[in-house]
Amino acid sequence: MSKPKNNSRLGYFLNDYGMIVVLLVLMVVLSLVTIARQQPTGASAGKNIAKQINALKDPTEFLLITPQGKLDFEIAQGIQQHIDQRHTLVNSVHGGPREANLAIRAAREAGKKITVIACTSASAKWDPVKNAEAKKIIPSSYIWPNFLMPDNLVTIAQRITVIAIIAIGMTMVIITAGIDLSVGSLIALSAVVTGVLIRDCFGGKDAGTLGLWIAAIGGIAACVVVGFSTGFLVAAFRLPPFIVTLAMMLLVRGVANVLSQQRTIHEIPVAFDVLGKGYVLGIPIAVWLMFALFAVAYFVMSRTTLGRQIYAVGGNEEAARLSGVRVKRVLLIVYTICGLLAGLGGVIVCSQLRSAKANYGQMDELTVIAAVVVGGTSLMGGQGKILGTLIGAFIIGVIQNGMNLIHMDDKTQMIVLGSVIVIAVLLDRIKKGQVKWSDIKNVFTS
Amino acid sequence: MTTVDSPLLRMSHVSKSFPGVQALSDVSIQVKAGEILAIIGENGAGKSTLIKTLGGAHQPDAGCIEIDGQPVQLSNPIRAQSLGISIIYQEFNLVPFLTVRENIFLGRAIQTGQVINKSAERRVTNELFQRLGATIDPETTVARLSVADQQLVEIAKALHTNARLLVMDEPTAALSPAEVEKLFETVRELKSQGIGVIYISHRLDEIVAIADRVVVLRDGKLVADRPVHDTSRRQMIELMVGRSIENEFPKVEHATGEKCLSVQSLNWSNRVCDVSFDLHVGEILGITGLVGAGRTELVQLLAGVETPDSGTIKIAGQPVRFCSPRDAIRTGIALLTEDRKRQGLVLAHSANENFGLPNLDEFSTASWLNLKQESRRLADFTNTMNIKIASSRQLAGQLSGGNQQKLVLAKWLQRNCQILIIDEPTRGIDVGAKYEIYLLMNELVASGKSVIMVSSEMPEVLGMSDRILVMRAGCLAGEIVDPSSATQEQIMELAAQ
Repeated sequence: MSKPKNNSRLGYFLNDYGMIVVLLVLMVVLSLVTIARQQPTGASAGKNIAKQINALKDPTEFLLITPQGKLDFEIAQGIQQHIDQRHTLVNSVHGGPREANLAIRAAREAGKKITVIACTSASAKWDPVKNAEAKKIIPSSYIWPNFLMPDNLVTIAQRITVIAIIAIGMTMVIITAGIDLSVGSLIALSAVVTGVLIRDCFGGKDAGTLGLWIAAIGGIAACVVVGFSTGFLVAAFRLPPFIVTLAMMLLVRGVANVLSQQRTIHEIPVAFDVLGKGYVLGIPIAVWLMFALFAVAYFVMSRTTLGRQIYAVGGNEEAARLSGVRVKRVLLIVYTICGLLAGLGGVIVCSQLRSAKANYGQMDELTVIAAVVVGGTSLMGGQGKILGTLIGAFIIGVIQNGMNLIHMDDKTQMIVLGSVIVIAVLLDRIKKGQVKWSDIKNVFTS
Repeated sequence: MTTVDSPLLRMSHVSKSFPGVQALSDVSIQVKAGEILAIIGENGAGKSTLIKTLGGAHQPDAGCIEIDGQPVQLSNPIRAQSLGISIIYQEFNLVPFLTVRENIFLGRAIQTGQVINKSAERRVTNELFQRLGATIDPETTVARLSVADQQLVEIAKALHTNARLLVMDEPTAALSPAEVEKLFETVRELKSQGIGVIYISHRLDEIVAIADRVVVLRDGKLVADRPVHDTSRRQMIELMVGRSIENEFPKVEHATGEKCLSVQSLNWSNRVCDVSFDLHVGEILGITGLVGAGRTELVQLLAGVETPDSGTIKIAGQPVRFCSPRDAIRTGIALLTEDRKRQGLVLAHSANENFGLPNLDEFSTASWLNLKQESRRLADFTNTMNIKIASSRQLAGQLSGGNQQKLVLAKWLQRNCQILIIDEPTRGIDVGAKYEIYLLMNELVASGKSVIMVSSEMPEVLGMSDRILVMRAGCLAGEIVDPSSATQEQIMELAAQ
């Protein structure tokens, strides 16, 4: 409600998206707290080893000994790309101490003068390696926050994708002064319908791409039907959204249980992982999808007639109706969109876990609402920003991730998350100048 | 105890500033016991600040307040109340779903132990209403009372806290003339009981009728403090505006054209009964009557807010049937409601969002908004209509009443509606802005549009209409074809009976 202090673009931006400051502060704090010695892995480890060997005066014949792992070949490749001609990589071994021992002996017997053994910090501790008469070279470590490791950042994004995508629909619903408590159950419904379709109609583990598409669309369609029904009940009978969606939450969870017969559906092909775990340009596909949906939603809310009407219905329903806005239609659309996005979220969960179960998404409706509220959307309706929700989702994701990084236990995490939500909305109120000292005093005095 | 020479309330040299605004500067007023002091001024003149200072909601920067000659600190609303100052705001502080008695005793119940003594409370309530000369059942739910009766409950509540100074902010805004008369009787009764009254109103007729003295505020300063019987209506207006005005109602006579709207035997529940009339191109048709006479309901039928049970509405000779406001808007009928804040504007949204709301079709291509076109059109209107807004992103709720009304008018003019129905066009709008709204209405009809003006203010209806319809109990009670030679008594006779 307050006017920005200056009318510049930055002023409006900070007024609308002040939470971004909170997010940045959180990220800085977590970066500082999780600073640690990092061991390079993969190709960069290989490059590092090659550099150290290149620095030696004499030509060497050397071995590479690493534990079994998914990035070992990349170490070897990295070495070969960067090593000077005068050095020779005799053999590279990926395995345990036994394989290392055999390889060292085999090289010696073949008449190679092994003067250097390249290894990782783990394989350097193996007895055959430790006892070998050769110089051991391990990739030199560096200082960098665990929080800012690329893998970790992708993990955060991946973890909040589902919450953030559903929060788009929730933001729209809350802007119309409504609420949707059924989204957590819709995740389960969508996952279960998708899983059942794959298992029973498209051949389970042998399902083809087309079948997977149809199953996923089926899961989403089920949620669209539920969202549409919610919207219809709210618009046609003027029922309070809280009650309607509370009922839907129970009803839909029950249906998901019945459909899955309370069993986990595992008969899903590996190909289905693509949506949840596939990468394009180093970023998971689901994360791309999330960003794309936020871009679309941003433009819908700020630049289209529908967006304007959604805000108007929440800001003053009567004024909107008298201005010719079809209020009931707007409500119907908004709840349907929310159902659709919850359905999409369910399909992503199903893909990430390659299974479907009726207990998916429990309590997620609350995390979604928290993300929306932390993002600055008012539960009174009429106020809120889509990109604020994205920031809100990230704040919650970052906090959860940070607590995992510092090995906080589940119970403490709940306490912290609850406190953070309260503090975030309080900060928002204070920033907008809506908090008066006299109001606080009045709680006790009048 | 009250001494003879010290007045009930004296405020001396009170100043109060907010960031960027000097809301009150060096204002001194006094009220004697049993005196009715009227305070008038345009919106933003400092009336609200003055009231809030009296009510303990604001602390003055300078100056002092005395009660019975004793300096007091009105540090909070409860302190002010305990010193006998009671304020009745435009929006009542009543809990709608509690009874009259429960409202009056809210927070100070008569108790026997922990149990509320209902019969004692009922007796006290009846005594309070007796003092006011009113008969209201203490056990009625407040929501079921008329606005006038709710106001009496507010007054009773104030008396119950032993109020000696009653401040009334626009008490008649939602009352019909008959109810206003009843309220005046009550206020006079209070006066005779030695209670001081500060009466704030835009309606100068009322001030002439009820007040002993009038204080005029302009830009936070006191510009006049004189007995009402020495001050003419025109003088009051000139003092408020700060310049001389020639004519309160700048009516321009002009010819009207053919029928553009024709209503036949319109009925709706039992609030609109068998109403028929025509509206012509270029005409300002005034509709008046007591509150509850069905005026607002009638125009709601015309604007598609409600659907009539029977009867026909013809636009340019073609029968139409509206199922929603949207239908009416599409045929060129716009309704500017009496309650701008609840029905006309989305207060928490910006000026341009409000302006664009009925015009989204026009400002968009395939649903994609053309924001530049929107703000350019709004800028055109703010220039031609002299709407004072800081930027198109300013929130509608931050505008003054007059500018809000202009903004609502602008959004319907952009829609190019041929028939504008304006319910209470100048309610809550100060004198200067009123005049501008009248000029705009003249321009509208001159450009071939037609206006239906619903109003409770008799001088306004008489001064601006080409023709007047008077409603009573849902029916048309009569028509005044030549308002320039009609009188308020004529209208009242038709409206009351």
